[in-house]
Amino acid sequence: MNLDFSVVGHSLPYLWKGMQYTLQLTATSAVGGLFFGTLLALARLSSIRWLSNTAAGYVNLMRSIPLVLVIFWFFFLVPLILQGITGAERPPQVGAERTAIITFIMFEAAYFCEIMRAGIQSIPRGQVYSAYALGLTYGQSMRLVILPQAFRNMLPVLLTQTIILFQDTSLVYVISATDFVGAASKIAQRDSRLVEMYLFVAIVYFVLCYTLSYMVKRLQRKIAVIR
Amino acid sequence: MAMIEMKGVSKWYGTFKVLTNCSTKVEKGEVVVVCGPSGSGKSTLIKCVNALEPFQEGTVLVDGISVGDPKTDLPKLRSRVGMVFQHFELFPHLTITENLTLAQVKVLGRSRDEAIERGMKLLDRVGLNSQADKFPGQLSGGQQQRVAIARALSMDPICMLFDEPTSALDPEMINEVLDVMVQLAKEGMTMMVVTHEMGFAHKVAHRVVFMDQGEIVEDATKAEFFGKPRSERAQLFLSKILHH
Repeated sequence: MNLDFSVVGHSLPYLWKGMQYTLQLTATSAVGGLFFGTLLALARLSSIRWLSNTAAGYVNLMRSIPLVLVIFWFFFLVPLILQGITGAERPPQVGAERTAIITFIMFEAAYFCEIMRAGIQSIPRGQVYSAYALGLTYGQSMRLVILPQAFRNMLPVLLTQTIILFQDTSLVYVISATDFVGAASKIAQRDSRLVEMYLFVAIVYFVLCYTLSYMVKRLQRKIAVIR
Repeated sequence: MAMIEMKGVSKWYGTFKVLTNCSTKVEKGEVVVVCGPSGSGKSTLIKCVNALEPFQEGTVLVDGISVGDPKTDLPKLRSRVGMVFQHFELFPHLTITENLTLAQVKVLGRSRDEAIERGMKLLDRVGLNSQADKFPGQLSGGQQQRVAIARALSMDPICMLFDEPTSALDPEMINEVLDVMVQLAKEGMTMMVVTHEMGFAHKVAHRVVFMDQGEIVEDATKAEFFGKPRSERAQLFLSKILHH
């Protein structure tokens, strides 16, 4: 077998563009997922029955189907649904990049919801009482007292989930979005250098994720000391 | 008009009745101590005053405002009633200064400077102004509880509720907290205090409410209560805790 890694060097600018998209997708999905996940967590913990049931139903649904399917559905079905609603002649296209961002936020929200729910439940009930006793409303108590503490307690888990998300974004290849893996596989096929390219991609993922996990582990130890 | 008035308050957790037909009053400037064996519903009763615990029957009036009325603006009412908890419940992610100013700014709409000035004055009063920039976790239990009292006072409350304020403290720290409370009582603050500290009750209470199994068994002046409680259960309780 003759391996020629020069193909990696030649295609670096293109691969970097793919990596930029991967990072952008990861960051947007993490922030969006955390935002909607926190709202979902508050809904799940609500004493209003229909609200908590709806949130729980959504989370369980998302967690029970593979991410690839969610992406597929969104990419192929949503245009048809939109067509049905608007009555347009042809299904309006959502586009690969927008599909990716929306589905990842929707999907990650379910996972971040469970993390934030555990975080909120880890805060003693007395904290809510004392916030209420000072005259803070429900919204203020959550925003100023409970969520900052829950977020801090859950930071290592949130970051670990984000690392998993970073790897999962590679699934967008199924709708032909050009992320890091997508860019690499396009070049690999064009130049018939599959082994070299996929080896390179694997090494990059490994180095990045391993470094990040290591940093999370150190952060965890530091937080443990403060508490 | 009484500052706090409870009339026929009953509360259930599911089918379990925790409060049975409780009625009592705290007049303006009065200090009322609520005592009784653990599990008798004292903490639940005091939490009904500012609606931290909902109740199913009866009425609670604070400064003439009905706590159980769904139309009552609860956050506004609570902001006028100071409360101190057994486990302090300072906000651990905020500094002492931020703990003291948060509600002043967010609830009362005071400016930051104004809130800090008020907060520091009260922190000085409980003898802790050197701790302003620390976090609650860096303070001892007694210090944290004194900050909690200062935090409640910073809202300029019309009355104060204390829910076993010294029960979670090491013995050597109990007095520093009680001293602050005695001082407060002497200045004429209206106070409802759930506590086992009979020394405190002796010193400053006007009336003592004795609870057992969710009922108010005895509601008497201090002299009557410590002199000769009418109920057998109160006599038994006193004989148990006053021996040592």
